[in-house]
Amino acid sequence: MWHLFHWRWFHRLGSPRWFYQASGKWLPWLSLLAAILLLVGISWGLGFAPQDAKQGNSFRIIYIHVPASFLALAGYYVMAIAGAVGLIWKMKLADMVMKSAAPIGAVLTFVALVTGAIWGKPTWGTYWVWDARITSMLVLLFLYLGVIALQYSYSSQEAASKASAVLSLVGMVNVPIIYKSVDWWYTLHQPATIKFTEAPSMHPDMFQPLLVMILGFYCFYAVALILNTRVEILHRERRTRWVHDLVTAQSNPAQLK
Amino acid sequence: MMELGFTAILRRDLLLAFRHRGEIANPVLFFFMVVTLIPLGLTPEASRLAEIAPGILWVMALLASLLSVEGMFQSDYRDGTLEQMMILPQPLYLMVLAKILAHWLVTGLPLTLLAPVLGMMLSLPDAGYLPLVLSLLMGTAVLSLMGAIGAALTVALRKGGLLLSLIVMPLYMPVLIFGASTVQRAVDGFPVEGPLAIMGALLAFSLLISPFATSGALRVSMHG
Repeated sequence: MWHLFHWRWFHRLGSPRWFYQASGKWLPWLSLLAAILLLVGISWGLGFAPQDAKQGNSFRIIYIHVPASFLALAGYYVMAIAGAVGLIWKMKLADMVMKSAAPIGAVLTFVALVTGAIWGKPTWGTYWVWDARITSMLVLLFLYLGVIALQYSYSSQEAASKASAVLSLVGMVNVPIIYKSVDWWYTLHQPATIKFTEAPSMHPDMFQPLLVMILGFYCFYAVALILNTRVEILHRERRTRWVHDLVTAQSNPAQLK
Repeated sequence: MMELGFTAILRRDLLLAFRHRGEIANPVLFFFMVVTLIPLGLTPEASRLAEIAPGILWVMALLASLLSVEGMFQSDYRDGTLEQMMILPQPLYLMVLAKILAHWLVTGLPLTLLAPVLGMMLSLPDAGYLPLVLSLLMGTAVLSLMGAIGAALTVALRKGGLLLSLIVMPLYMPVLIFGASTVQRAVDGFPVEGPLAIMGALLAFSLLISPFATSGALRVSMHG
């Protein structure tokens, strides 16, 4: 019997209704945590962290750029693993998480690319460089866009979920290969004029706010993912009794009494 | 029995391709035409053409392959052959592999054989020819294998063409990088065993994953 007990949380996760109700309780706390971390991190990073010796104040965009890049990559793995879980255990919730994770990841990748370009102008003198990391982020954006486009091009939701899961898994296997090949390609074509000015180690005064921002972005990502998934749950379960009850109870509270 | 299914599909696909000669000629013609446009658009000067020839040849071979990959499962899907193949008591893996092999034989191989001629027209230096052929020989096979995944995912969609390119493009990138740099390194006088070995590794790896992913994607396309 013990193994049944052990796996109960996993089976519960298979129920979108349970997740909807449980996440409703987590959401205020998680949002509060994300807001505090982001506010503390951004004001610490922008207002109180010391200036960079070479780049002056322009380096402060790092407090957006680096966390966004982190989450863009991590988000791909979240999406692909959710896709795999949906494909293997036929878990409806995992499919919904996968679908919800794709646009968030794409936006974060876009933010990472744009902040990188803005940072590049004062630092390297140009908005765009065909550097290994920038190029692989661009490829990551294409991978995300492929999954999103596939989601919307199937008329059956089930087929769309399975197809995107297959694609995101193939993409997940390929992300390290693409990264390595682009890296190798870059070392071959290394332009002489442009160099990364990133120091190997950051000063703790600069690093601590960055750490807070990264944690804040993780919490923010979780909040965004939960919110997106909840919308998806309501949309897909719109014909069920519990969603119906939920909506009628919310639209006229008098019925609750 | 298993071999029978593999060879039967291979023979059928090759026969179909030879009955529709125009379709075989399409990617080759595309490759030829686009390479003709390059000197017109850039420069007819031999020294500058030689500089960009390795990259141009590889990019154009990739685009030609991308152009043809869309049709890999399309006619079989439309006339119901694919459905019949999937209910045969044989592993879909082998069937898919046979279809990919047939696709490579009618597109990748002609592109590879045509490439030296086009290389000559773009005044590719002498050292580049053998690496060009070797890298395209393996690389076009990887392109067919990776393209099959995209083709299988989009076969049931009405307007799958652009989506197919979006899906397949990131998967094509490592092949392009290593293929073009094999030729570039040969032209620059460096040994090419390293990148060629990596091309071989990419081929082995895509042989391993692509038929699985393609079969899975075909099942999704057929049954939803």
